[in-house]
Amino acid sequence: MTNKAYESYYVPSHSHWPIIGAVALFMIAFGAGNFVTDLANKESGYGGYLLLAGIALVIYMLVGWFSDVINESLTGKYSHQMDNSFRQGMSWFIFSEVMFFAAFFGALLYLRVFSVPWLGGAGNNVATGAVLWPDFIATWPLIKTPDGTTTTAMGWFGLPLINTVLLLTSSVTAHFAHNALIKNNRSALKKWLGLTILLGLAFIFFQIQEYAHGYSEEMRLFLDSGVYGNTFYLLTGFHGMHVTLGCIMLIIMWFRVLKGHFTPDNHFAFQAASWYWHFVDVVWLMLFVFVYIL
Amino acid sequence: MTTDVIEQDSHDEHHVEHKMTGIKRWLYTTNHKDIGTLYLWFSFIMFLTGGAMAMVIRAELFQPGLQLVEPDFFNQLTTVHGLIMVFGAIMPAFTGFANWMIPMMIGAPDMALPRMNNWSFWILPFAFIILLSTFFMDSGAPNFGWTFYAPLSTTYSNGSTAFFVFAIHIMGISSIMGAINIVVTIMNLRAPGMTYMKMPLFVWTFFITAYLLIAVMPVLAGLVTMLLTDTYFGTSFFNAAGGGDPVMFQHIFWFFGHPEVYIMILPAFGIVSTTIPTFSRKRLFGYSSMVYATSSIALLSFIVWAHHMFTTGMPLFGELFFMYCTMLIAVPTGVKVFNWVATMWRGSLSFETPMLFSIAFVILFTIGGFSGLMLAMTPVDFQYHDTYFVVAHFHYVLVTGSLFSIYAGAYYWLPKWTGHMYNDTLSKWHFWCSLISVNLLFFPMHFLGLAGMPRRIPDYALQFADFNKWVSIGGFAFGLSQLIFLVVVIKCIRGGEKAPAKPWEGAVGLEWTVASPAPYHTFSTPPSQKDIDNI
Repeated sequence: MTNKAYESYYVPSHSHWPIIGAVALFMIAFGAGNFVTDLANKESGYGGYLLLAGIALVIYMLVGWFSDVINESLTGKYSHQMDNSFRQGMSWFIFSEVMFFAAFFGALLYLRVFSVPWLGGAGNNVATGAVLWPDFIATWPLIKTPDGTTTTAMGWFGLPLINTVLLLTSSVTAHFAHNALIKNNRSALKKWLGLTILLGLAFIFFQIQEYAHGYSEEMRLFLDSGVYGNTFYLLTGFHGMHVTLGCIMLIIMWFRVLKGHFTPDNHFAFQAASWYWHFVDVVWLMLFVFVYIL
Repeated sequence: MTTDVIEQDSHDEHHVEHKMTGIKRWLYTTNHKDIGTLYLWFSFIMFLTGGAMAMVIRAELFQPGLQLVEPDFFNQLTTVHGLIMVFGAIMPAFTGFANWMIPMMIGAPDMALPRMNNWSFWILPFAFIILLSTFFMDSGAPNFGWTFYAPLSTTYSNGSTAFFVFAIHIMGISSIMGAINIVVTIMNLRAPGMTYMKMPLFVWTFFITAYLLIAVMPVLAGLVTMLLTDTYFGTSFFNAAGGGDPVMFQHIFWFFGHPEVYIMILPAFGIVSTTIPTFSRKRLFGYSSMVYATSSIALLSFIVWAHHMFTTGMPLFGELFFMYCTMLIAVPTGVKVFNWVATMWRGSLSFETPMLFSIAFVILFTIGGFSGLMLAMTPVDFQYHDTYFVVAHFHYVLVTGSLFSIYAGAYYWLPKWTGHMYNDTLSKWHFWCSLISVNLLFFPMHFLGLAGMPRRIPDYALQFADFNKWVSIGGFAFGLSQLIFLVVVIKCIRGGEKAPAKPWEGAVGLEWTVASPAPYHTFSTPPSQKDIDNI
């Protein structure tokens, strides 16, 4: 039929993991819906438990699904083409994550460039300012909202700067770990990967410290402290969640390295985790510039 | 659908694995054809569900005054009708086509990530169970329109907003995974020799659509997240008192929303670009210009969003920029319409049901395109905005556009899917009943809108009564006509004239080189170079 050798593409005959995953997402979404609604009505319900059960089920599903994939990979069922599918899939997934953050960065820029100045009377909005909130002064960071809520801005010096250094360094060490893997230098791989994980954990630790500082009586920077607090916590919060996820991925890679997985030319999972790590690093750089410094 | 298909893949000697039986086959499947079938059935069920809501809406609007439903429930119906038709009917139907046809058209053994494919599908029924369950809650279903503008969806929303948000979240996850799968399949699994510019246009349009999905569904996820925190956790993204702006909601929404409407029409272009050449017995006129036109429409879709917001308040420069960019889209769209007509020009045409739906598509979609052009003009839009003229416009592009193309595609490939020819007489009845009733349904809406009838109201002023009566009659007739399709499909699955591998004389494409019904596994080894060269 074809004149060149053809590597067959592995198509699993069936799998029960996806339907478990779908049920788990249902439990998470329905549980979260109930949880949030009950929270708003100050009632207690089963929503939170359903949400937690859903998360547990997702973890069970991921463990099972990935062990299937790892076994298939170790038993040589995958072709070069399959590896490409995984790589492209991961790249487009990261692109979708970029667009998710773009929504929040877009909101931040809109607020800073348009809505806050307009509320202060900029452009043709003099009447708006005069009629609605004549005392409002447009500033960024918005430490006093039009309705009078006050807060304090988080400076870039101190913890945020330390965190920037930590995360940038971890991106470099992740790259060294990858290089060590390609050179088949397993001990250097373990060392650099371990260091990356430690740096990531330190970042998360300091981020929590920063939040505790923000929520202290001294700063009074809350999630609901007007649009400055909104964008600050949503952007850094979603970033922090992604760092946590990236850290978990790296820790799994660490254990797989200890078990002797990955070869210099077959290590998609490691590559994916490393790409993801670089991605959260870039997002942080954007955050550091637009949320903290400017 | 095709439970009794026998393994008859001539390309495949060593594939002996057997598929599971009963419900497990559908729950555990990794087969692109099974998953395509699931998507198509799901979308049809959702179409009937959303359609039933439209029937109640039209019954209420049959005459002035409040007869059947409370205004609040009316709002819930219009909201969920829109959400279901967009996210539950049109989008999954196209994903069903993509699943069934793309691997066969590019000579691939399956989708690139078969297990994830199953996950993408099975999330959807659960998402819609959550959305529909809100009807049975004390708060009632979402009532702020499918566009869920703040502050209707924040300050003034009823208690079910959290369920709406999380349902949208998991629908988004499903769409993104489905789109990634389509992109990777097309980029990585094309048979040797199947270059990008040899791919059927159908594959191209889904390729571009999938990119749009990956780019904008995450933005929707971000938006509903801000909506959730505004409603439940005291943030002020869309609240001026805290420094935010409700207009920002509309900007982010339509940054998602405008590419979204192309997500629902580009695959339609792909389907009719397949059927029209077949029944004209000619090659598609201007293939490469079609590829470039589709790409330009996709790119332009990212810089036209604020034409939905001309009356919301925008600097003059913004109004002009978005007006001109929107009009620019008419150019590549015009290229497409021209090419379809040029394909038919001097072709030897025959009028099988898929062709009838395709021709109706070209004419009626163009009407929808023209009313879109009218809406694109800022000063004129000030009068049309939020009237029935808008309702008429987007139903022309979504019903006589997207839906008619789905019917064209369904009739075109039903023989390949089921192995039987559909009942020709009944299918013609389906077409003509749909065609007449759909125009009775939507055409007078233009006049209602021009006369000033606002959209999303349960009651109206007396002077709109006559047109509304005819619109409602058209609506009921159109709704009933769709049941004919259900009968045709069921009859076609259960039996009928045996379909040959290539039932259409003028058809080209790899899917016609395999038997009808298509074997469970196709192209486990790549198709021959000769077959690819014949495209």
